[in-house]
Amino acid sequence: MSEGANGFYGAYGGRFVPETLVPALDELERSWRSALDDPSFASNLDELGSTYAGRPTPLTLAERFAPGIRIYLKREDLLHTGAHKLNNALGQALLAQRLGKRRIVAETGAGQHGVATATVCARFGLECVVYMGSEDMRRQRPNVERMHLLGAEVRPVEFGTRTLKEATSEAIRDWVSNVETTHYLIGSCVGPHPYPEIVRELQAVIGREARAQILEAESRLPEAVVACVGGGSNAIGVFAGFLVDSEVRLVGVEAEGAASLSSGRSGVLHGARSSLLADEDGQILDAHSISAGLDYPGVGPEHAFLRDTGRAEYVTASDDEALAAVAQLARTEGILPALEPAHALARAAGLDAELVLVCLSGRGDKDLAEVLAHR
Amino acid sequence: MRKALVIYLMSGSGTPELAEAAVAGGANLVELGFPFSDPLADGPVIRRAAERALAEGMRTRACLECLVQTRERVDVPLVPMTYAALLEAYGYERFAADAHAAGATSLIVADLPAGERPDLRRIHLVAPTSTDERIELAAGLTDGWLYLVTVAGTTGARAELSPALAPLVERARRLTSVPLYAGFGISTSEQAAAAAAFADGVIVGSAALLAAEDGPGALERFVARLRAALDS
Repeated sequence: MSEGANGFYGAYGGRFVPETLVPALDELERSWRSALDDPSFASNLDELGSTYAGRPTPLTLAERFAPGIRIYLKREDLLHTGAHKLNNALGQALLAQRLGKRRIVAETGAGQHGVATATVCARFGLECVVYMGSEDMRRQRPNVERMHLLGAEVRPVEFGTRTLKEATSEAIRDWVSNVETTHYLIGSCVGPHPYPEIVRELQAVIGREARAQILEAESRLPEAVVACVGGGSNAIGVFAGFLVDSEVRLVGVEAEGAASLSSGRSGVLHGARSSLLADEDGQILDAHSISAGLDYPGVGPEHAFLRDTGRAEYVTASDDEALAAVAQLARTEGILPALEPAHALARAAGLDAELVLVCLSGRGDKDLAEVLAHR
Repeated sequence: MRKALVIYLMSGSGTPELAEAAVAGGANLVELGFPFSDPLADGPVIRRAAERALAEGMRTRACLECLVQTRERVDVPLVPMTYAALLEAYGYERFAADAHAAGATSLIVADLPAGERPDLRRIHLVAPTSTDERIELAAGLTDGWLYLVTVAGTTGARAELSPALAPLVERARRLTSVPLYAGFGISTSEQAAAAAAFADGVIVGSAALLAAEDGPGALERFVARLRAALDS
């Protein structure tokens, strides 16, 4: 565990929030601790995983994608709703029930977290409001329509870059205004303590399963584990399974124009200190990525800590490399990945490693229009 | 005792003159917003003002210079109000020292709740959701007065004065003897007078920014109406 006192990971993390939210975060933390101590919480979640979400997800050897080396794909794209986001949404929906909160707000970038949140709200009969930048609503139209069908209200955010950063700010402002009735179902391992820890633990199922599966398949651990990093939830989830295996390289792949770890600086955004795209005055800079899910100038504080300690390494992939990886995986394996994990795929073969695990965090149906527009 | 009237202005080229107008209208204290790109506690009016200020180049150093110029024109307390991101980048101690040297009386950091950075002397905020323990903590640490956030929510006008204010004042009075100033959602003279029936002072932000858009004369008249409502 790299978790320090008061939710700090080394220098990163903490709680930089308006006073109004502090009691709610204290309450959330108490409820989370009591859930961890309650065996029925884990067993409920496991049962939902197997009977509703489709866990465990398979591990697929991508032989034709990367001839000559062994790349395994952890198939979170096959999870219900099409991405790893459901792991977190299910767990937090159970938490919201323990908190007695019947209204859920969430932010979404690519729409995958929004869909996962709308899904669990439908499943548990909760009111659901999802904030989404109007630029993202344009480029991820199918997910907006899915959320509507699932009964969620999607509120467009017209501020600033009209992407994930502004959607997150608006979701937090909604939470500040409705904190007595509302649970903020954050989608990544970002935000004020205890959110980064909650999301990491709920996504750690990816790493637990993948570690057992690759041991079963290969009788050894992978040389490298690779995942894309926007906020970093699928990466922290798969890394969590291998953190103690010091011989396993952990590689996070950021979008070139949203590389908050590779080219950022320490700062505060959305309630936590982390590595950010910011100027020397602390003002947040715009991120740019073809992938709406990676188009975010911040990252989870634990990733900044793992970078500083050297336990994980972070590299980048460009829009064009991600697009090429989408096409290559589609044609060689018959799997259409989302643009986000396509960044991880783009780097997986060049790591000087023979046995590699890639977290295929989501499927690419939502990106069809965007991918075709760039052909 | 006369009720305090606090006016919030966003840092900018016209701010020293606006501050002078606010004081002429009867403001006892001026808060100077140092804009941040992602202000979680602010509603649309202050957010837009922050966007404009940043577009004009109002970064930390320029805001400190604005503070110096404002100090040359007014003698009421001046309090920068900002977000932790600016202090993280500038250095907490350096920010406090430079702001003081520029004429600041204290400091408000909207997303640095009581308990975080206890070494940084500042005015603390409490909200209707704050527990008694947190009100006591904030009151013990605060620099002169306590900022009562009247609503669970962001800055900006509301149709009615929040019903949460009276019980919050009542709780805070039991726990502390520091002066209590109420802010967020107070935009009209009627709301200011109603809030001042409980609190020792009121803070007007978004509505003052809107009045200031029509120039110093309009701001002075707006503040004078608030002052008259508080004094009547």
